[in-house]
Amino acid sequence: MVKKGSKKDRSSSRKKNIEKLFKDMGTKVYSEIDEGAFPEITFPRRSVKNIIYDKDLRQYVLGSDSVKRSSQNIKHIRPFTQLIWLTFFVNKLVDQGKTSTLRDVFYSAQAYDMEFVDQAESNEIITDLEVVLSRAREDFNVYPEERSAIFGDLTIEYTVPGYEGKKLNLASHPDGYLIGPSLSTADFVDTSAEMVLAVEKGGLFTRFVEEEVHNRYKALIINTSGQPPRSTRYMLRRLNQELNLPIYILTDADPYGEHIAMVIISGSANAAHLRELTVPSGKWIGVWGSDIIKYKLPSDPLREIDIKRVHELKKDPRYSGGIWQKELDVFLKIKRKSELEAFAKYGLTAITDRYLPEKLEIAKSL
Amino acid sequence: MTDERVEFSEISPSEFFYRNRDLAGFSSPSRALYSAIRELFENSLDACELYGILPDVFIRVTPLDLYTTDSDPKAYLIEVQDNGFGIPPKHVPKAFGQVFFGSKFQLKQSRGMFGMGGKMAILYGQITTNKPVSITTSVDGVQAFTFDILIDIQENAPIILKKSSHPAEGSTGTTVRLALNGDYQRASQKVREYFKQAAMVTPYANITFVDPYGRLIIYERGTKSMPPPSKEILPHPYGMDVEALRRLIRQSKEDIMVKFMSKSFHRVGDRVAKKFLDYVGFDQNRDPKSLSNDDITKFIRALHEYDNFLQPDASCLSPLGKENLMVGIEKELGPEFVAVATRPPSAYSGFPFIVEVGLAYGGKIIPSGTKLFRFANRIPLLYDEANDVSSKVINEVDWKRYKVPQNAPIAIITHICSTRIPYKTVGKEYLADRPELERELKNAVREALRKLKLYLSKKNSIAMVKRKLNIYSKYLPLIAKFSTELSGAKRLPRYDRLLNRKQIQGDREDDTEI
Repeated sequence: MVKKGSKKDRSSSRKKNIEKLFKDMGTKVYSEIDEGAFPEITFPRRSVKNIIYDKDLRQYVLGSDSVKRSSQNIKHIRPFTQLIWLTFFVNKLVDQGKTSTLRDVFYSAQAYDMEFVDQAESNEIITDLEVVLSRAREDFNVYPEERSAIFGDLTIEYTVPGYEGKKLNLASHPDGYLIGPSLSTADFVDTSAEMVLAVEKGGLFTRFVEEEVHNRYKALIINTSGQPPRSTRYMLRRLNQELNLPIYILTDADPYGEHIAMVIISGSANAAHLRELTVPSGKWIGVWGSDIIKYKLPSDPLREIDIKRVHELKKDPRYSGGIWQKELDVFLKIKRKSELEAFAKYGLTAITDRYLPEKLEIAKSL
Repeated sequence: MTDERVEFSEISPSEFFYRNRDLAGFSSPSRALYSAIRELFENSLDACELYGILPDVFIRVTPLDLYTTDSDPKAYLIEVQDNGFGIPPKHVPKAFGQVFFGSKFQLKQSRGMFGMGGKMAILYGQITTNKPVSITTSVDGVQAFTFDILIDIQENAPIILKKSSHPAEGSTGTTVRLALNGDYQRASQKVREYFKQAAMVTPYANITFVDPYGRLIIYERGTKSMPPPSKEILPHPYGMDVEALRRLIRQSKEDIMVKFMSKSFHRVGDRVAKKFLDYVGFDQNRDPKSLSNDDITKFIRALHEYDNFLQPDASCLSPLGKENLMVGIEKELGPEFVAVATRPPSAYSGFPFIVEVGLAYGGKIIPSGTKLFRFANRIPLLYDEANDVSSKVINEVDWKRYKVPQNAPIAIITHICSTRIPYKTVGKEYLADRPELERELKNAVREALRKLKLYLSKKNSIAMVKRKLNIYSKYLPLIAKFSTELSGAKRLPRYDRLLNRKQIQGDREDDTEI
């Protein structure tokens, strides 16, 4: 269903594209120095005031405020150097087809006489480079620790060195596959799936595999492991964009669960400088606050900080309209929360046999 | 200060001083040794300075019996040799063997008052060891005389045990050899501290000291410029007391009051004298010797009350001078920075004085915290620092105002010169907090601190530029290297031009990240 030739092109042109960005940046800095000027780099400001909600994109974006980081400013020269070093470092990574974790970056710096006080500082510079290049760190082969997984009938073809051309069906192993660098960059070859089910918890992921949800509903199952890492969000977007699969999200019935769904759909404020990490057409199908009443689920009272979180989310522009405000109001009204596992009250398969089909039906009208 | 003592006419001055030796700094064997060394050394300096001779003073202290195994206290021999003017032989016996010999009623700045300290040392040595003091002196460098002298304490008269004459071999000056019972082990630290400080305040002197352990300590002359010798002046009316007045009257050849006053007092002429005598109600032509006890009391009270005497002038003072003070401080403390402040002459109770303050910062010798060195008429004051007016002034300084870092290594040197130093006690170790003196000290310390503040702020800005350049030198080569690799260029960009440029921008914070 996807044309094979175009996939290869996509992958290698993407690499070429980013390498050009690195080179352009290096050349700019080089020639400024050579002309006797202190080099400087200008990029959008990431301060809270400059993060604004774009209604059309349905995500946060950076405003027009920008920051000039000049090597002439004594307070900037260190982060400036770190930024240039990082560009140099990831350029090598991309060139050699290697990847690195955030932690690796922190330690690698020491080999070049570059010091970061702690990983928080190196993470900050990595985000700076994302903003400068308008690219996610995964594009320059820097990944966080992976923890989310995918399972289902999807055949992929690796593009990472040493595995090029090798294919794998993601239904071959019932524990699922880590969504890491090699999977994130793999091309999609073939699938029989008609939807993607993203669930918040590993327990439910395993239940879905055991109950053959992938066969019964023709679904790919993804465990987001709480708030999904960017590579997982990127994967969800690709499944949606490249394979036209609808994305359905299942979380606990509390404000944090609702927000996991929201970040998958509309992105986070922290990634306001990035695109292609959202799935605007994604659907949150549960567990809603109103489901606690409807299905008489066992529940716990909301704590004070939970209620505080609900009030915060109510003011968030991403939550305007739809079921989002409505369900937040339900939490405030009943002041209770529940979990995906609560359906076990009606038997272990109640969630797959009864709840899931009902919610998928409702999703059509969302 | 000492004049009142003469009233005890029943006992001789020698006896009086011996009985009151505690007051004069001879209270214990260690203190006595220290005071004796000090008094003889200071007499030597005076003997040079009064005649404009750059002092070369040699001091040696040895156990009197070189082979003794006794522990302290024991008998020591102090030898002090100078290259001063020498003493005419006919004056030697009385100069060393009679208390109050040559008492002067004119005033000038000198270290000791009436050479009392030296005689006290001789007296103390004689009492504790029963040995005469030996003096060798030559005025002309041709012939030298040696005297062995004991003091007849009850009669206050010298007893010459031996007198001899021999060739001087070209050197003028005086050598005093004095035996006394002392405790060098206990005195050692003070003695060495004393010489170190003395060297600081007499930078034009060569001082050589050999201690009883045979250790040689040399303080070399750091300058050949010596403050001009002080001039003698008549006493100022404000400084008079009953006894001093009696002595003046006894000594005066004038037989009418107006002439007595104009010839005996500083800055008093016939006109001022007449006005004052009218004020006090005495006949101008009265014979001063006819004044009764009551008249004298009345006269003294009026002298102190009368507002129209002219202030004393400072020509009698010989301050060390900025240059000399600076040389002395640099020589002995090796500081990173020195500031010196000299105040214009001022006066208290008819005695003129000048305050000089030095401030030394940093270097290898000064420890952290504030160290005070006090001097009066070029004498180091080592005891009772906490009670001194200088301590009070320094404690009241608002250091923050001068941006001096906490516990910064600082030495403050205060020098007060006056025809009469306002010592609080006879021991001559600390100064009373006379308001005039306190005010002048405060102003001088502040002036020196302002100079330090300026220096520190300059130093800070230099350090800042240096620090910045260090940062640029560290990072610019790295930026050059990484950008070269990224761009694929064949050579490094010419970044050294950026390091040479002085366009180092201020720390602007307009683009801080969040």
